[in-house]
Amino acid sequence: MEAVKGQWVKIYRVILTKEERAPQVPEDTRQVPLEMWVKGFLMDDKAAIGEKVTVETLTGRIESGRLEEIEPSYKHSFGDFVPELHQVGFTLRKILFGGGAK
Amino acid sequence: MKDNSYQGVMDRRNEIMKKAVGLDYQAFERPGIGFDYEKMMKETGYTLEEIQKIQAATGVGNTPLLELKNLTALVRKVAPQGKGARIMIKDEASNPSGSYKARRAAAAVYHAKKLGYEGVIAATSGNYGAAVASQAAMLGLKCIIVQETYDSRTVGQPEIIEKARKCEALGAEVVQLSVGPELFYEFLLLLEETGYFNASLYTPYGIAGVETLGYELVMQVREKYGKDPEVVVCTNAGGGNLTGTARGILKAGALDTRIVGASVDLSGLHMASDTAFNKKSFTTGHTGFGLPFTTWPDRTDVPRSAARPLRYMDRYLSVTQGEVFYITEALAQLEGLERGPAGNTSLVAAFSLAREMDQEAIVVVQETEYTGAGKHIQPQLSFARSNGIEVKTGDPKDQVPGVNIILPEHPSLIQAVDLDLDHIRTSLVKNAVKQYQVTEMTRADIAYLALETRSSEEAVEGILDDLQVAYQKGGKQ
Repeated sequence: MEAVKGQWVKIYRVILTKEERAPQVPEDTRQVPLEMWVKGFLMDDKAAIGEKVTVETLTGRIESGRLEEIEPSYKHSFGDFVPELHQVGFTLRKILFGGGAK
Repeated sequence: MKDNSYQGVMDRRNEIMKKAVGLDYQAFERPGIGFDYEKMMKETGYTLEEIQKIQAATGVGNTPLLELKNLTALVRKVAPQGKGARIMIKDEASNPSGSYKARRAAAAVYHAKKLGYEGVIAATSGNYGAAVASQAAMLGLKCIIVQETYDSRTVGQPEIIEKARKCEALGAEVVQLSVGPELFYEFLLLLEETGYFNASLYTPYGIAGVETLGYELVMQVREKYGKDPEVVVCTNAGGGNLTGTARGILKAGALDTRIVGASVDLSGLHMASDTAFNKKSFTTGHTGFGLPFTTWPDRTDVPRSAARPLRYMDRYLSVTQGEVFYITEALAQLEGLERGPAGNTSLVAAFSLAREMDQEAIVVVQETEYTGAGKHIQPQLSFARSNGIEVKTGDPKDQVPGVNIILPEHPSLIQAVDLDLDHIRTSLVKNAVKQYQVTEMTRADIAYLALETRSSEEAVEGILDDLQVAYQKGGKQ
């Protein structure tokens, strides 16, 4: 899939490599770079996912990085059913109001 | 060419900060370790009345105080005879951005506009971002929110993803980063690049913004019940919530109201660790922020934090993740209020405290927050499970942060745990000695530390004796 100029996209860039990270960073974090994601309007004529591009962000800043998502959307949800949580209301109503719920 | 390496940027942090908050902190510094906190709050803050006006102009504040009659009845079922205080909650979710943070943002963004800044930047993964975005939208300023979002697998907490969505929905640019304290580095770079205002949570304006919350709740309790609340519980992370609320309560003249801090126990989980990042189910209001910020407030994005919780705290309680999820569900099921989990940290503490208190007593939980996809407790628990955390029903005492989350089997198992305030006071003094490389404490230093720890000069001397740090003898004549 290709993005075209002016399209809303999300880009990715490494801010600090492993070697450039702050001295106080714990050992596991030091093994990975500091990464950044930002959204903006594509300034290149066209680009495919993974290509290096430039965007203009909402505040008018120019950012460059790897094209990661075209017209990005949110995927978060109400999650999977959690039986232990479902029991809580049931039990509490029984304690407070008595009877009824099994 | 500017040196944009980590060290290069950190070396010019003071210069960047001075431009970005329009405030010269040097004016409040005193010789030695101290600074004049009250002078800073007085000269740079706004009066309570001014803040009320500023907040009213954008629909912030004047939130309802709700008596939680069913939760109170539940407490009385598990309390000794005659015990079980009335629990009330300040429904801060009804602020424009869905949390009490609108109060802090209202003051900060108003100030930015007054000083003529084109935009505001805030470093936050939470409700404060949404609050700044909301206020910036209302006042017509540009807004950037810098957020710690993902671990190195690009996996993010559903709550953080939701908060980014909310910021974007309110017109902000969101810069997302992977785990690490260098968020501050990127934040400084953005301030330098844009020249925007640093809408820090920790400026005097931000804290003055919370004072109205404490003031309002005292007035509401007085009006409805003809007395002051016995206890107000504040969720504690960076300390601003507790500090501002306590200052407002004092301004209302409720001198006998006890201020209790509450944080979710996340002991053992390193806050800057890539692998621990998604093992915690709380992004704020936890001990991972609460303890370091209480024992050393000046670790924020401004030289001197206006949030100094140890100056106001009567008691500090820790609660478990499972208890907070449980009480969040109880609030929905028994009170008909579906609210986010983070604000309910203090509700667990209040539930626990109410059991020890007489039935006529009033304990107020001073905030709620909005909830929804990602931020709701079900996605959070389901996310925890998918990250290898065991979710079960049992006794919350058996919890191990990062390993399991235990929903109490029965409400009688809810039990907040007291953190040792004397130990916390000692830590603060120890941090002062370390930060300033003190070889001999002056009388002025000791007087300052007595204020910082809400104790006495004698108590500070006792700590210094224990730490074997030299100090000028004498004390008050």
